[in-house]
Amino acid sequence: MSDIPADLLYTEEHEYLKATDHDGVYLVGITDYAQGELGDVVFVELPELGTSFDKMETFGTIEAVKAVSDLYCPVKGEVLEVNAGLDDDPSLVNSDPYGAGWMIRLKVADENDLKGLLDADAYEQHLGG
Amino acid sequence: MNEPLLRTPLYDEHVALGGKIVPFAGFEMPVQYPSGITAEHRAVREAAGLFDVSHMGEFLIRGPQALDLVQRVTVNDASKMSVGQAQYSAMCLDSGGVVDDLIVYRFADHYMLVVNASNVAKDLAWVRGHVDGLDVDVEDASPALALIALQGPKARDIVRPLAKPDIDSVKYYRFAEGTVAGIPAVIAGTGYTGEDGFELCVAAENAVPVWRSLMEAGRAHGLVPTGLGSRDSLRLEMGYALYGNDLDEEHTPLESGLGWITKLEKGDFVGRDVLVRQKEEGIPRRLVGMTLEGKGFPRHGYPVMSGGRAVGVLTSGTVSPSLGIGVAMGYVPPDLSKPDTPVQIDVRGKALEAVIRRPPFYTEGSIRR
Repeated sequence: MSDIPADLLYTEEHEYLKATDHDGVYLVGITDYAQGELGDVVFVELPELGTSFDKMETFGTIEAVKAVSDLYCPVKGEVLEVNAGLDDDPSLVNSDPYGAGWMIRLKVADENDLKGLLDADAYEQHLGG
Repeated sequence: MNEPLLRTPLYDEHVALGGKIVPFAGFEMPVQYPSGITAEHRAVREAAGLFDVSHMGEFLIRGPQALDLVQRVTVNDASKMSVGQAQYSAMCLDSGGVVDDLIVYRFADHYMLVVNASNVAKDLAWVRGHVDGLDVDVEDASPALALIALQGPKARDIVRPLAKPDIDSVKYYRFAEGTVAGIPAVIAGTGYTGEDGFELCVAAENAVPVWRSLMEAGRAHGLVPTGLGSRDSLRLEMGYALYGNDLDEEHTPLESGLGWITKLEKGDFVGRDVLVRQKEEGIPRRLVGMTLEGKGFPRHGYPVMSGGRAVGVLTSGTVSPSLGIGVAMGYVPPDLSKPDTPVQIDVRGKALEAVIRRPPFYTEGSIRR
């Protein structure tokens, strides 16, 4: 069974949103289930700082041994930081998807948009759990 | 393709070891175990890995004219083999396209052909379709036989205490009929990884005890179970062609880099006329190796570019776990096939610089030729 932390928000495309100490700022990454399906991650291609993305717009790509996959922005927002640690060690996405394997720090444009995301129960149901 | 999936005799072992099971060539096979493809790949390069390749097909060809049938349907010269020798070969259509690549084993009283799992039914029909009056019997022994590949620099040390005869008497592309852990086995010095190792052919009902004996004996040597994922990246680092990716019915052995096993002088065989003509007139494209100059992940199906236009296509690609660079194989026109020729690979819309290379990409393997 894959790990689905209760305090995160999820997309059907297997991204998560994790709250930070700053209002309206979230860490975005891919779920434990997603990293397991992709297998060993080889590269993560992330956007420039300051780039804005619409909901479900592609913000990057993840190259894993078995497949390449687009990364979708869960809600409209602006990229405040990208995880430079993934350049040196992309396998953090596999070993610690909800911690050191985060991908972008996102300033969410409108927090009302978060209502459209899945909570942990709904995501687990989406996985067929 | 709605046929029910088959399982090898080792299916329950894979599940118990946490193998991630996927459909492959009509079988439910482990693509990886919990440590992951990269870790399994490294284990084979540094210690050893154990692969279940029981999904592959085995045909036994018996009878006074067995050699004639093998010579008729394969491109290599099986008449040159002595008993206890194995030979890499291929079968061709009349058009010269590759039906399958295979290994031929010469036993004292018969030949064994080991073919790709995805092609068993096609190959069997093809071989039987060419008996044409020869005094032979063609048996499909695939369901009755299991095949286990032990590969890596430690493979020899692992199997030595279990094997009879002496494992060091089994040379590269030679085989012996003996025992492993007291169980009758054909022990062959063959493999698909570029490392020293053995392929063990045993009766299906003996697969589990042999597998467990090897896992047990290998523990102290760093042996891990290894799946289809690392099998693919290991073979690709060596530039070994994979049927269905790099080899197919659309390309002849001469186009696919298998000229070295194609013996046009051995006498007639299926596809020879086309190959003779191709040898005289030249080939329209050639399978080559390529490496990316920068960062990128080449994959099957990506276009190969030169002068701003598509000139070919990748048939295999990965980021080499041993080298950390993108390595690929694909077909290009002959004038672009020389080593060191610059080309580009279109990786999802970006033309990344690449160079034609003569495989193997990985040259540190423990394989003993």
